[in-house]
Amino acid sequence: MTDAFRNRIDLELTVNGEAVELTVPAGRHLIDLLRLDLGLTGSHAGCEHGVCGACTVLVDGAPVRGCLTLAPQLGGADVWTIEGLTDRGLVADLQAAFVARNALQCGYCTPGMLVAAKALIDAGGTPSRAEIREHMSGNYCRCTGYEAIVDAVETVARDRAEGAMS
Amino acid sequence: MKAQVGGYARAEDMAHAIRLLADAEGMGRVLAGGQSLVAALNMGLSFGDLLVDITGLSDLRGVREEDDRLVIGALMRHADVATDPLIARHVPLLAQAAPLIAHEAIRNRGTIGGSLAHADPAAEFPACAVALDAVIRLTGPDGEREVAATDFFRDVFETEMREGEILTGIVVPKTQAGERHVIREAARRAGDYAIAGLAVVIRGGAHRIAAFGTGPTPLLCTVAMERLDAGDVDGAVSALSDALDPPSDTQGSAAYRRHLAGVLLHRIATELGEDV
Amino acid sequence: MNIKFDDPNRPNSYIGRTVPRPNAGRLVAGKGRYVDDITLPRMVHVAFLRCPHAHAKIGEIDTEEARAQKGVLGIFTARDLAQVCTPWEGKLAHLEGMKTPPQSALAIDRATWAGEPVVAVVARTRAEAEAAAALVIVDFEPLPAVTDMRSALDKDTPVLHPQFDDNLCFRKENATATPQKAFDGAHTVVESEFKIGRHTGVTLEPRVIIADWNGGEGELTAHVSNQAPHMLQVLLAKHMGIPESRVRVICGDVGGSFGVKVHVYPDEVATAAIAKIMGRPVKFCADRLESFTSDIHARDHEATGRIAVDESGKILGFDVDDWTGIGPYSIYPRTSAVEGLQVTNLIGGPYDFEHYRVRSTTVFQNKGICAQYRAVGHPVAVAITEGLVDMAAAEMGIDPIEFRRRNVIRDDAYPVTTAAGLKLEGLSHEKSLDALVEAMDYDVLRAEQADLRKRGIHRGIGIASFIELTNPSPFMYGIGGARISAQDGCTVRMDPDGSVVVLTGVTEQGQGTEAIMAQIVAEAVGIRPDMVRVVTGDTRVTPFGGGTWASRGAGIGGEAALKAGRALRDQILGIAASMLQAKAEGLDIRDGQIVDAASGEDRLPLEELGRVVYFRGDTLPKDLSRELMQTRHYITSDYPYAFTNGVQASYVEVDTETGFVKLLKHWCVEDCGRIINPQLVDEQIRGGIVQGIGGALFEEIVYDDEGQIQNGSMADYLVPMSGEMPDMVIRHVETPTQESELGAKGAGEAGTAGAPAAVMNAINDAIRPLGGQVTRMPFTPERVLRALGTLKD
Repeated sequence: MTDAFRNRIDLELTVNGEAVELTVPAGRHLIDLLRLDLGLTGSHAGCEHGVCGACTVLVDGAPVRGCLTLAPQLGGADVWTIEGLTDRGLVADLQAAFVARNALQCGYCTPGMLVAAKALIDAGGTPSRAEIREHMSGNYCRCTGYEAIVDAVETVARDRAEGAMS
Repeated sequence: MKAQVGGYARAEDMAHAIRLLADAEGMGRVLAGGQSLVAALNMGLSFGDLLVDITGLSDLRGVREEDDRLVIGALMRHADVATDPLIARHVPLLAQAAPLIAHEAIRNRGTIGGSLAHADPAAEFPACAVALDAVIRLTGPDGEREVAATDFFRDVFETEMREGEILTGIVVPKTQAGERHVIREAARRAGDYAIAGLAVVIRGGAHRIAAFGTGPTPLLCTVAMERLDAGDVDGAVSALSDALDPPSDTQGSAAYRRHLAGVLLHRIATELGEDV
Repeated sequence: MNIKFDDPNRPNSYIGRTVPRPNAGRLVAGKGRYVDDITLPRMVHVAFLRCPHAHAKIGEIDTEEARAQKGVLGIFTARDLAQVCTPWEGKLAHLEGMKTPPQSALAIDRATWAGEPVVAVVARTRAEAEAAAALVIVDFEPLPAVTDMRSALDKDTPVLHPQFDDNLCFRKENATATPQKAFDGAHTVVESEFKIGRHTGVTLEPRVIIADWNGGEGELTAHVSNQAPHMLQVLLAKHMGIPESRVRVICGDVGGSFGVKVHVYPDEVATAAIAKIMGRPVKFCADRLESFTSDIHARDHEATGRIAVDESGKILGFDVDDWTGIGPYSIYPRTSAVEGLQVTNLIGGPYDFEHYRVRSTTVFQNKGICAQYRAVGHPVAVAITEGLVDMAAAEMGIDPIEFRRRNVIRDDAYPVTTAAGLKLEGLSHEKSLDALVEAMDYDVLRAEQADLRKRGIHRGIGIASFIELTNPSPFMYGIGGARISAQDGCTVRMDPDGSVVVLTGVTEQGQGTEAIMAQIVAEAVGIRPDMVRVVTGDTRVTPFGGGTWASRGAGIGGEAALKAGRALRDQILGIAASMLQAKAEGLDIRDGQIVDAASGEDRLPLEELGRVVYFRGDTLPKDLSRELMQTRHYITSDYPYAFTNGVQASYVEVDTETGFVKLLKHWCVEDCGRIINPQLVDEQIRGGIVQGIGGALFEEIVYDDEGQIQNGSMADYLVPMSGEMPDMVIRHVETPTQESELGAKGAGEAGTAGAPAAVMNAINDAIRPLGGQVTRMPFTPERVLRALGTLKD
């Protein structure tokens, strides 16, 4: 065996716009890095096998599964979570629409839902309900039955499209 | 569960990666996008692995033309495959297949090389590689070599890759005039692994059909191809059914998968205007 | 007797209005505080070694290598925990003949399902605890597994628990005097088998507990994701030998529950016991994979049912034989007999008929424990009833809506006692059917269906009427000796600024408890909902109550809140009358102002009253009562349950070549009595429908013959995702219960109760002309194709 392989990895990355330096175990996934090492508990671990989407966060601008993203690979990465997106107002309209439409009940899926929805909305245009359903289909919600979530995303997409035109 | 990893190393270049794998003495695992590997680690299906992270190897990124072939780097993410203009023009099958894989968050990290090396029998890209008659490029301690996709997949999660080798890319012939590509699959929910799927290429009037989710590896269905070449769609469906040896699991029995593959073939033939 | 909340122009008209949930803004910002978000000083983590066999004798346990691992702080077996905690039995005294053996926090000598916790490993981190648990060596000697429910009572089937003669947990027959009469000479008799798969709740937040033992005060604090904090307090105290007053259970934000989190789990009790032994906080958070083997399962019923109908299409009677396997133990403290028991009560629920016999048999087996899960028994009973009703209607060539119109209990017939013996106060099946027909434009949809059929497109319309049990009285559990509270309480307190704090025994699982309590109290007192803060889920703080189960929060907890709020209002007006030298009867509180009731003229802001009471009480008469705090408790007493009713419809398209079912649209008309917040009710219904659709099309825990789960991950156990779910139209009829002033009944389970039957009937409506019929849930594409005869081998 070689000492080229390390069990503890030194990392420097940016989380929510703030520089972070830390050392993590080699098997650490991004969600545990956020929750255990940085105390950012807004992102949730729902299954840890990449299916439920509760852990969806942004890495270098794109939504990823936090539980399938190995922390040691994130040197230099730019990570955004619900905490940072909220502070910067980057999902404010989606959050307002989710509240108004009651597109959340227990709230456990919501941070991941918002990140997934943000990617769709930021892509522009006015996706159909079927396209919204398809896009959001990687995020599990046991409470709502999804319709309110689809409604909220549809509303924001339309509002943004109208805002862009006017 | 929490991944129990033996260690991690980031490869600086290909030679370094090969050296790391050799040093790992059988415990080495190549880590790229991690969308299958990390899930397996988190489920406790593997532990003590020495992870060789190859995502820093910039040579494995991007797509380039080599005469009448396209070379797609192993680190091309599914999301990149879906939108790359060269792939869209020269290998539309892959561009069609990419959005069928899981969900956006997975496609943003998962790589085509990882998918091929992982060799999940229900995955789309391995079947596309077979249907396209692609070649898999490997680099190992003894240098580079190429393996035809049709020879590459040996069994469930097993390939022709040797200990210490790294999958560096996939080489695909560019589409010729009149060439047609179709991939269709049936999955219970959007983004799920297919219960059955078919990737079809018509090149120079000849069909190439690769079935996935219907056996231990993607299967080139040669008899069905000949029947379809002869314009015998029903015969092709029947030959397909004979050729497949699908698994039975909680998503469907072998009989159902075989039937479903036949329905998909019928529908593809209709779509291509051949079911007359 | 109800208070009238119908006039939308009345002052403080918050009951009946969509008001945003006060906690939603926090949750969308990622500022929820779920138990796994909490880290306590000196906290350690426990992981469990679970039995890999369905049934095995436990021999020697070798912990030496595990103990030597980095970070390991303690390893515990059943015998270690027996020092601090006693076993339990999930029995209810009124369920005659029921049996179940004692169950311990960790398996002793013998493990009885694959997933039963055997050894607990405590370490600094969850990862270290898991790694060490994998190194504990247990000498398991596999024993024969009982897995099939229908042969569980056969003579040659091994008996699972040696202290019993057979594998019967409970059997109940509910019958009228001469049930056979319905079938003798009936015009039409239809018989069918039905199968409802084994489900599990898959709450997105797994079960999680932090137990913290404070030796200095002899007190246990449990932060736990749970629906019934007071129940857990009482039971932890009982089994750990701690006075109830020295157990505090705190439920913060809960990431979904649906009945999964209302039971006593061995691993959670073990965590509390370990915390007491180690004298420091211990966290257990179920991993998703162990959730599949250790969370409660539910349903898993097989039944044979018959319906008898006369020549006019009038139902004469039902005869059903229902079986269910519930794992090796009856759940504690609610028992696992209740799902079967509900089936014996709910068959035929919406209909007026004379003859009835339903027998339910509950057996032990070596699988996960089945227990109460959203809409307990309802989806089973509704599927059997509505399946038979549709088959009978089809057999007689009567439209399914028309068939139901002829048979539902008339809206003007109440109160009614059904053939099954249910006391129904007031339901609205006829109005609901009318509303459904209108909402779905039934005739137009039928015409579209016929038109498409000619073009080879096979669509189906399925209807399912149902009743739902809500607002349970002590008749459900209390009379059986369980310390499960059917009453609930609410304390309201006005603070100096005129704002009100509400403490309620009902918990918040995301259904909107905080919102409706704020609305009710705002209306009762006379202030805006944003002046109300609601506290839930802390046994040290809130009035003793039952929590969230059986759709009781709005009807029982809401009534307590209304009564407490009105009492506070009276208290405030008494003080105001003194301050204003006026008569209390002539004053009112509107929008935070004390006003002249007749003219509406402002007399005194509440904050001024608060200032005087709290800071210048010397200026008030010495004998004036000055408490601005009131508590009321409420329990139902006229009826054992407040039944609600409704009807659902599903519109589907069946791909007859692949067997895939596409859900096109879904409708639900339901009557939960007084609606407090229309949006919250609608979303309860929608969420419930999708949970029901899950059971109809996707969800089934599959065991092999050896008792091993074949699909115990989220990749393999398919839950409903957004891509395949339909849009849902929700309508309401309001028949308030006259038993309370508020008039609210429950709405939490109606969606789940009716959706599976509606989808089943829709599929059958689509494939009946092709000779197909499905009755075995989930209706996978393969099962649909086999029903069509397309697949034979």
